[in-house]
Amino acid sequence: MSWRRFFRRRRADGDLLEEIEAYIAEEIAENVSRGMSEAEAKRQARIKFGSATVVRESLWRQNTIPLVDNLVRDFRYAARTLLRTPGFSLIAIGVMALCIGATTSLFTVMRSVLLRPLPFRDPDKLLMVYEHFRDPSLNTQGFNYNSVAPGDYYDWRAQTHGFEDMAAWRYWQFNLTGEREELPELLTARGGSWNLFPLLGVHAAIGRTFTESEDQTDGTAVLLTWSIFERRFGGDSSIVGRQIHLDGKPFTVVGILPKSFTYPDAKVQVWVPFRSGLTPENLQYHDHHWSWVVARLKPDVSLANALSQVGAVQYREHLQNLHAPVAEDVASRTLSDDLAKHVKKPMVLLLWAVGCLLLIGCLNLANLLVARSAARQREIAIRSALGAWRMTLIREQLVESLLISLSGGAAGVLLSIAATKWLVGAWTDLPSAQGIHADGTVLLFVCALVFATALLSGLLPAMSSTGKGAIAALQASSRTTAGSQSRTAMRKTLLTIEIATTVVLLLAAGLLLKSFWRLRTTDAGCATDNVLTIGYSLPTKKYDGPVKVNAFNEALLDRVRAMPGVRAAALGSVLPGAGFGGDDDFTIPEHQPVPAGVTQPYAQYRRADPGYFSALQIPLLSGRFFTTGDRAGHPKTIIVSRQLEQQYFPGENPLGKHLHVGAMGSVDYEIVGVVADTLHQVGQPAVPTMYFPILDGESDKALTLAVRTVSDPLSFSIPIQKQIAVLDPELPVSDVLTMQQIIARSLGNASLSATLVLGFAMLSLMLASVGLYGVLSYLTTQRTPEIGVRMALGAERQQVLCLMLGDGLRPALYGLVLGLGASAGTAHLTQSMLYETKPLDPAIFAAVAATLLGVAVLACTIPAWRASRIDPMQALRTE
Amino acid sequence: MSRKNQPDGEMLKGTLDMMVLRTLMSGDAHGHTIAKVIERTSEDVLEVEQGSLYPALHRIEDRGWVSSYWGSSENNRKAKFYRLTAAGRKQLVREVSRWRQMARAIGLVMGDELAEAGAGE
Repeated sequence: MSWRRFFRRRRADGDLLEEIEAYIAEEIAENVSRGMSEAEAKRQARIKFGSATVVRESLWRQNTIPLVDNLVRDFRYAARTLLRTPGFSLIAIGVMALCIGATTSLFTVMRSVLLRPLPFRDPDKLLMVYEHFRDPSLNTQGFNYNSVAPGDYYDWRAQTHGFEDMAAWRYWQFNLTGEREELPELLTARGGSWNLFPLLGVHAAIGRTFTESEDQTDGTAVLLTWSIFERRFGGDSSIVGRQIHLDGKPFTVVGILPKSFTYPDAKVQVWVPFRSGLTPENLQYHDHHWSWVVARLKPDVSLANALSQVGAVQYREHLQNLHAPVAEDVASRTLSDDLAKHVKKPMVLLLWAVGCLLLIGCLNLANLLVARSAARQREIAIRSALGAWRMTLIREQLVESLLISLSGGAAGVLLSIAATKWLVGAWTDLPSAQGIHADGTVLLFVCALVFATALLSGLLPAMSSTGKGAIAALQASSRTTAGSQSRTAMRKTLLTIEIATTVVLLLAAGLLLKSFWRLRTTDAGCATDNVLTIGYSLPTKKYDGPVKVNAFNEALLDRVRAMPGVRAAALGSVLPGAGFGGDDDFTIPEHQPVPAGVTQPYAQYRRADPGYFSALQIPLLSGRFFTTGDRAGHPKTIIVSRQLEQQYFPGENPLGKHLHVGAMGSVDYEIVGVVADTLHQVGQPAVPTMYFPILDGESDKALTLAVRTVSDPLSFSIPIQKQIAVLDPELPVSDVLTMQQIIARSLGNASLSATLVLGFAMLSLMLASVGLYGVLSYLTTQRTPEIGVRMALGAERQQVLCLMLGDGLRPALYGLVLGLGASAGTAHLTQSMLYETKPLDPAIFAAVAATLLGVAVLACTIPAWRASRIDPMQALRTE
Repeated sequence: MSRKNQPDGEMLKGTLDMMVLRTLMSGDAHGHTIAKVIERTSEDVLEVEQGSLYPALHRIEDRGWVSSYWGSSENNRKAKFYRLTAAGRKQLVREVSRWRQMARAIGLVMGDELAEAGAGE
């Protein structure tokens, strides 16, 4: 067997033809020379040679690779069959393209996020280590993986030996001001300990990473990430060694991080040393949790061993700080799990959904193919009667479904390139460290998918149409055959599974949508319509001291409130719905001290100006709001939320009592008011909150201005930014958003999964109804003579309609029941993704059942109605 | 068994290739000549079936034992000539020695009663 011969066999055949001609000519010449007449010589030569065709065929066969030849023939045959029914082929290929494309996109994302190793040295050994509070009531709020206090981190690193090294990073942000009139910019930054980059195995693309001596409280080294290096500094590597101004302070650029480095997320623009800008006391804290610890396991140490060492150190810290929130234990998870913690669940859910869609696509195609094979029943019967192998017949039909899957797969890959790009853009939680793109594995996956779908959709129809009943088709009359009956049963079974899967998808979509709608309509506890928010942060170098800070803030508020169209303005730290702003523990001097070892009272802290609550329409429950008198130099005052009152002052009046807040020095704050609860994050329960007056001038870097307007709030953004620029042209603003946008952004991923699953479900519903319609139309054609007889014998049109409707609706009903059952069985899968929605929500179940039945009736009505319009005479005559 | 007592013109498997190579020893030839030479030298016992000659020629050409070119025959007709290659010569030597061995071995087994056995059946 040789490929060369295989591809040259047509030429070889031509050569052979000429050779044969030459042979015969020679033979004729010889015969003539022996004295035969011309005609006899020719005749004898032909007789002697025998059949030239046989010779040619035998040589042709010799030159052929049978498998390839057969496949080529089958493909050509399948292509011709498909081209003969372009409508069917286009629909089938389109459906497969959608299903394969969606599956591929999701797999690409999953492969990149969950399966591909991180771009770090030996990433399997990398862990995140957290403090772990054992109190189960705290665990439900995420405190089981609590960020680490810097004092704990330094003790862990110094006193344990199970890890090669431990590094820490923390959140930070800076105002970057230009040297030459460039616009100021608020930078997302991280402080990273000097050993973080060596620990990860990351080298600077240009320059170097931090040295140990730079990681000091007065450290002024800075690393740029590739994105700001390209964007702001034009990719000019001479920036290394030069200075940039962060919050007005000069920092020296020591290196540029490589483009591939987007840890912990792609928004980070600059890295400074961990200790930079802190005080030595800050670094000793055991109860201020704002560090994230990355550790690399030693090769010969087990994780349990290494962790237990750290746990022992932590337990000692806990015992030494019984009155402070210092966790008793530690917990770890791998770095890749840590990065994917928010996306794993929705991803698994979406994969299930897309798997269902794919299954439905395959079943639909199988159903269509069964219908087609009915049309070819005679052909197949005759061929098997003539001795065609069953394998050959099955192979032929499989090639047809393979061709559909292949074309669908090719189109699907193109589709998935676009879809992946969209998905990565829309799915804001996706970690970016690995980079999301298709690779060899994805390609392999697509190939496997194409063959699997071809097998799944092609094998069943092929088996059924070539089975024992095939020859019976020749014997039976044209009216009804055993083959067609089993085929109908097969189609109904396929349809039942298809509908059941659709129901599962519809239910998941319904539940997710309801949950999303619940989230969407949650009352955040404050005004959300026509509210514009603008963030800014006053650099401590320029605004050193409460007087300057207050002067700016009050001047800004006055200016904004004086603008036409502005109803009210509020200034706070973090607005409701915009996330967690940090919390702190406190004691109540009027109460008995909490026994050692019991969780201290703690509350989320916020800052508010005197007009904050009225501007955001947060109701006052008792006491008073802040006044302009609540400022530096005056008695310390505080406002608490209703939740705090209920939790820590049950049955007593908190007004006039005091909170002794750890982080705010040894000062007691007098409670002057109680306000209603707001949600820090939609979908999360309200937590106890304490509000400090913003005018006490304590430096709190990030502030948010909220402006309630009479009309479209975004049209106020430029005028308000101009007011800020009048007061300080070097001050950058950030996150210019409406309150609605802030809330929508926090719900983006819930809305994404709900929308995607809904899309998949709608598509399945469409496919299922097409399948239903197809099967019933087929049945109608099959039973035309029978219906003719029934009507001739006096059946009413009404009865025929009901008969056919019942026939079509039975698989729909079975499918519905099966699907509802399956959904109830897999409720736990969706449960954790639902907000205030039960996985067995009766309203959703009813709605899905109604939708499905409605669509099924619609799909069945047309063929059933057609059956009832059959003219009995016509029908009987067709026999 | 109608052919039992006729001289059996069917060839042993694999021997055609060898004979074609042997024929080409004495010079290049086209298909017709090759067939004729084999038939004549075997005193017309062996009949070369065209159905096997051409596939055999193409097969051994494929293996590189012969090469082919278009030339004109003795009667000035266009014909495809085959020429023994060096590899073909080696193959011929191998096949001939294998054939000799085989013929001798079969001869030993059959002994002298070969003729009687043939007649007695």
